[in-house]
Amino acid sequence: MSFLDRSHTIAEPGFSRWLVPPAALCVHLCIGQAYAFSVFNLPMTRLIGITQPAQGDWKLTELGWIFSLAIFFLGVSSAVFGRWVEEGGPRKAMFTAALCWAGGFFISAIGVYAHTLWLIYLGYGVLGGIALGIGYISPVSTLIKWFPDRPGMATGMAIMGFGGGAFIASPLSVWLMSKFHTATHVGVAETFIVLGVVYFFFMIVGSIIVRVPPPGWAPAGYIAPKESMGLITRNDVFVYDSLKTPQFWLIWWILCLNVTAGIGVLGQASAMSQEMFPGHITPVAAAGFVGLMSLFNMGGRFFWASTSDYIGRRNTYFVFMVLGFFLYCTVPYTGSVGSVVGFVICFLIIISMYGGGFSTVPAYLRDMFGTRYVGAIHGLLLTAWSMAGIFGPVLVNYIREYNVTHGVPKAQAYNTTMYIMAGLLVIGFICNFFVKPVDKRHHMLATDKRGLEAAPAQA
Amino acid sequence: MANNTQDQDSSMTLKLILAWGFVGIPLCWGVVQTLINSMKLFQ
Repeated sequence: MSFLDRSHTIAEPGFSRWLVPPAALCVHLCIGQAYAFSVFNLPMTRLIGITQPAQGDWKLTELGWIFSLAIFFLGVSSAVFGRWVEEGGPRKAMFTAALCWAGGFFISAIGVYAHTLWLIYLGYGVLGGIALGIGYISPVSTLIKWFPDRPGMATGMAIMGFGGGAFIASPLSVWLMSKFHTATHVGVAETFIVLGVVYFFFMIVGSIIVRVPPPGWAPAGYIAPKESMGLITRNDVFVYDSLKTPQFWLIWWILCLNVTAGIGVLGQASAMSQEMFPGHITPVAAAGFVGLMSLFNMGGRFFWASTSDYIGRRNTYFVFMVLGFFLYCTVPYTGSVGSVVGFVICFLIIISMYGGGFSTVPAYLRDMFGTRYVGAIHGLLLTAWSMAGIFGPVLVNYIREYNVTHGVPKAQAYNTTMYIMAGLLVIGFICNFFVKPVDKRHHMLATDKRGLEAAPAQA
Repeated sequence: MANNTQDQDSSMTLKLILAWGFVGIPLCWGVVQTLINSMKLFQ
């Protein structure tokens, strides 16, 4: 299996760096399926009853744990395996992610066939979650090394794929289930098997294409600055040393707060739009609104990360925090004057910045901690995502519930939440304001032997 | 020598087209499907 080693993925002369983004997209488009897992929820509540839930069928609350487990293990695995991904190289990581992702689908298919829920928790939740974590961070540092001149754009392209994966998975899964559906069968198990095979093939192609740059490589015409410039360092920080810096924790909170603000409304967009504009936004229109938000979530990942190459990472997050603050404060006003257009525009921009927060952060980490361990540090930072995944929906749901039970009309039940989200962004602004270059004592020295096995292939 | 470089260039161009097509076609299909669904907001 030596062909998986980092040393076997060093690019030959004549290799185009533009082959690396599609390799990264092969992985991210596949694991982005996680955002579309909800299409299986309702069919899995009637595996026995077929047309409607019957005695012994699983409940939605039980099935909700599958996605939650997967996101939890995404954060855990990216933090635990980050250093291994960095030092083992992208091909080994992508190959492992492919095995875990496809394996997760196959085990889940057995779980559906045998009607054993814990097998699905184990398959999609645990194994799939590990694939999500490893797969998500696997191409990040490779892309940053290939595109030192435009790291934001490069990582933005890959992470855009994670947002776009659901666009493919959702209609594909629905179509597959309709093909496998019979009078005695919902077709979920067969769909899982087909998806597992297709995703495995795609991810393996990505792992075959991917290359790391040879030592000393730089794009034509690019001259790396000799000294650190502003927030952009020329030094590297060891993965676990980054945890000792205030910069890591400030960026951790920036990501956590930005994601909390976005994820809460993303999950509730359909219900929120209908309750804030009763009679104006129908359930069908709300579904269209959710689709439009997904497009802006994906587009924002590329747009904002690319923009950050020109205006700087810190300034990009300042834009997220300031613009987000005003937009969240404007949402209750759009509800009070009945402006559907204003409401839609506010949320489309907000959700583009939610996606942008994910895609800009790897380049922000690279600016702070250097390129050597950026993938592993990014893995540690993704625990902020897991945390936000719990906080965001809980904030929106519980505050709405509290307001409704205390007599607030449904159309205004989200106002408090919007102001709280705006408040979170103020805290994020303060955290971002305090981000300064990392102290020299955390920089790796030339004599540092840690992670030596990864050094030969470093650009 | 020049022919060799030219061959390498055209082979790399073909690889780039194939690789981008491999990920781009499914992604575009997914985006179009989502756009069609999103149009319901304006109906």
